[in-house]
Amino acid sequence: MAVVLEAKDLNKNFGAVTAAANINVQIGRDSVVGLIGSNGAGKTTFINMVTGYLKPTSGSIRYLERDITGLSPRQITRLGICRSFQIPQLFGNLSVYENLQVGVGVAARSARAKASATAEEWEEIETLIERFNLGGYRTHTAGLLPEGTRKLLDIAMAVAGKPQLLLLDEPTSGVSADEKFRLMDMVMSALKVQGVTVLFVEHDMEIVSRYTHRILAFYEGRIIADGEPEAVLRDAEVRRYVIGEHAPMHQDDGATNHG
Amino acid sequence: MNQTVSIQKRPPAQGTDRTTIVLLAALVVLLVAGPLLPRWAMFMLNVSLSWGTVVLGMLLLMRTGLVSFGQGLYYCLGAYAAGALHHFYGIADIMVMLLASLALAAAVAAVLGLLLAKYRSIFFAMLSLAFSMILFGLLVKTSALGSTDGFGLSAKTLAGITLGERWERYALFATTVVVAFCAAFGVHRYLSSHQGRLAGAIRDNELRVEYMGASVRRVIHVNYVIAASLAGIGGGLVGISIGHVDPEMAFWTTSGEFVFIAILSGTGSVLAPFLGATIFESVRSFAYEYSPNTWQLILGVTMLLVIMFLPGGLWSVFTRRKAA
Amino acid sequence: MNQFLAIVIDGIIYSSWLFIIAVGLTLIYGVMKILNVAHGSLYALGAYAATAFGGYWLAQGHPPMGSYGMLVLAAVFVGLIAGPLIERGLLRLVYGKEEVVLVLVTYAVFLILEDLTKLAFGVDPLSIPEPYGLLGSFEVGELMYPTYSLVLVVLSLLVAVGLALILNRTRQGKILQAVIHDREMSAAMGINVGRVYLVTFTVGVMLAALGGALTAPTISVQPGIAAEVIVLAFAVVVIGGLGSLGGAALGAVIVGMVRAWAVHKWPEVELFSVYAVMALVLIVRPQGLFAAPEARKI
Repeated sequence: MAVVLEAKDLNKNFGAVTAAANINVQIGRDSVVGLIGSNGAGKTTFINMVTGYLKPTSGSIRYLERDITGLSPRQITRLGICRSFQIPQLFGNLSVYENLQVGVGVAARSARAKASATAEEWEEIETLIERFNLGGYRTHTAGLLPEGTRKLLDIAMAVAGKPQLLLLDEPTSGVSADEKFRLMDMVMSALKVQGVTVLFVEHDMEIVSRYTHRILAFYEGRIIADGEPEAVLRDAEVRRYVIGEHAPMHQDDGATNHG
Repeated sequence: MNQTVSIQKRPPAQGTDRTTIVLLAALVVLLVAGPLLPRWAMFMLNVSLSWGTVVLGMLLLMRTGLVSFGQGLYYCLGAYAAGALHHFYGIADIMVMLLASLALAAAVAAVLGLLLAKYRSIFFAMLSLAFSMILFGLLVKTSALGSTDGFGLSAKTLAGITLGERWERYALFATTVVVAFCAAFGVHRYLSSHQGRLAGAIRDNELRVEYMGASVRRVIHVNYVIAASLAGIGGGLVGISIGHVDPEMAFWTTSGEFVFIAILSGTGSVLAPFLGATIFESVRSFAYEYSPNTWQLILGVTMLLVIMFLPGGLWSVFTRRKAA
Repeated sequence: MNQFLAIVIDGIIYSSWLFIIAVGLTLIYGVMKILNVAHGSLYALGAYAATAFGGYWLAQGHPPMGSYGMLVLAAVFVGLIAGPLIERGLLRLVYGKEEVVLVLVTYAVFLILEDLTKLAFGVDPLSIPEPYGLLGSFEVGELMYPTYSLVLVVLSLLVAVGLALILNRTRQGKILQAVIHDREMSAAMGINVGRVYLVTFTVGVMLAALGGALTAPTISVQPGIAAEVIVLAFAVVVIGGLGSLGGAALGAVIVGMVRAWAVHKWPEVELFSVYAVMALVLIVRPQGLFAAPEARKI
């Protein structure tokens, strides 16, 4: 298995609070991996460390056999790791088209392509619009879109960077229950065409089991289970601490406070 | 809400757009009509276009989400650079003087921009204000540069060609027109380039820009240097056309007037600053004549009205009508 | 040694003055997050009102000592008129806009007040020198100082201590701190934020006007003083950290001492030095010397 991402002995502390403890994980190419865990379990912290928003207290992160620990989000993005956000991070005053234009433009520029708009670039934007079903919103102001569409645009913008590794932070949060599957179908089929390795954080176990090949279960900063979806979802610890069958008391550590 | 969706099934046209056409038309009209203009009108247009060039730089910064209360720094540097060439070295060529204005402003901005690119909102405004006040403080105490009085200057040649009494005015006017055109056209093109488009993106969401792999600081730094260069050239042009420079050009109230024009004009188009500056200059010359003590009152009230009821500035009146 | 003493005493006097002109600015920013460019105009209004009130008092033949009361009265008057007028009439309508837009709004107020002042008081210089001369002077070694300066120092100390006490020891002060800390939470807890803003702004204006009124006897009051003072006040509050009372005091002392040093040792850099310090502090510590950490966004 070709390894895309490898975390070794990853730790992150905020003062006395441990947000990530001894995380060791390898992610293979073309896999779809789900990250589960209750709020404050360390999923977003993990994504934030991989994408350079947070610097690990100790340990290392390797991407395609290259050490990326402590690089900035910008450098990491340029290497081919893109992410979406739990709360969509859009250019609120620009139209949907312009949002994608910026994304495609930056990617083209870092690939040392021409400095101005080309027909090729236009094609790329149109493809994204089509794949993410944004055609009806092309000229709408991003800041005024409905939540589900904002999510889609946010993910489309991450995909615009032509990632090899894509991290999605709660792609279906804020999306109504009956739309979740439609959204995930759309995202996954869009990504299949691109051949991207995907990591996504998700609370809905139905979605996780439907779309992933593998699940990492987080609890108090540690990975307590790692394996095939059925196996992980059957795991006693996971059932207790993540799915919450005994509704355990745990502190909200605030350090991985989402949003 | 049932918004009609404009279907864009073709790549956007690459040719000349409306702004470029208006710019070209203005260039031709002004160059041709120039010699026919009365002296006062030529002078007023000269100053308006020069100020428009300065405000064009403000537009670029404001598109990036930054308001500078210190563009007077580069305006003043540009004017003094042009003036110093004449004052100390007897060089009186418009081209050489303007190049000096541009070079000095760009060089200083390249250095200060390294620092300012880290600042946002009121901290950007305050630090840029501090820098311009530093220059003001230095100039008022530098007797070699005329202290608070400044000094006079004039231009006699254009690219080495001696102009003579009759053409001096027009040559300066034509130069101003050409400079303003190039600046507007250049910024217009820049804003539709990849890097230029990042301005609005940075204003809206810096985090996302970094997460797309672009350097926010670098873009701000570049835009800052462009804005400063435009202010420098504008300052050089104003210095030459008034024939005098003084430290007041770096005082914060001068920068405040640029901010005013930028707010009045709006950032919708590169044409807006020139329109705004022309209105500003015309109203000012009449107000000075008839009611010198209500000029700022007019400015203040206008500014409040624009902020409250026309946040896109005067330019948004045009675009609104177009959409209707 | 003598020169050192002179620098320190000049510095103390200048710092006191700076504190009085700047403290209202930092108070308003701290509570309302408005960097009030019009602060300079309100200072100027205070100065003009002082010449009018004081001039009237003296012209009526009342005891000259009463003119001090008139200076303070002028400041209170300006505060009570201009404060509520600007806050209720304008600022109330723009709360919640970006900080930099609020700067532009107050800049517009600055422009308007500049001309209103000219229309009300004319463009010729006015003065009210009596309170300055009345108290005579005192000596420190071989150096002579006007006693009025001493009054200024004492007054600024009183203002500083008074504000600190109000903020930390009274119920109103606690409410104010709650609003500074979290406006929405305070409103949810039943604090009348609108009233807090109104009172804060009025007090801030009063302090600006007091600065002007106390300065009036020492200068010739004329157009332009507003623009000069506001940038100095900016420098002071930015150095200490916007919105911090202690910061304003520290900023005033730093700017005051630097300027006093420059005046005695190197007069060419007098003006320059103030802004150089301001830029330096902004570069090294953008949030001012009293800094606050930033929150995480994602």
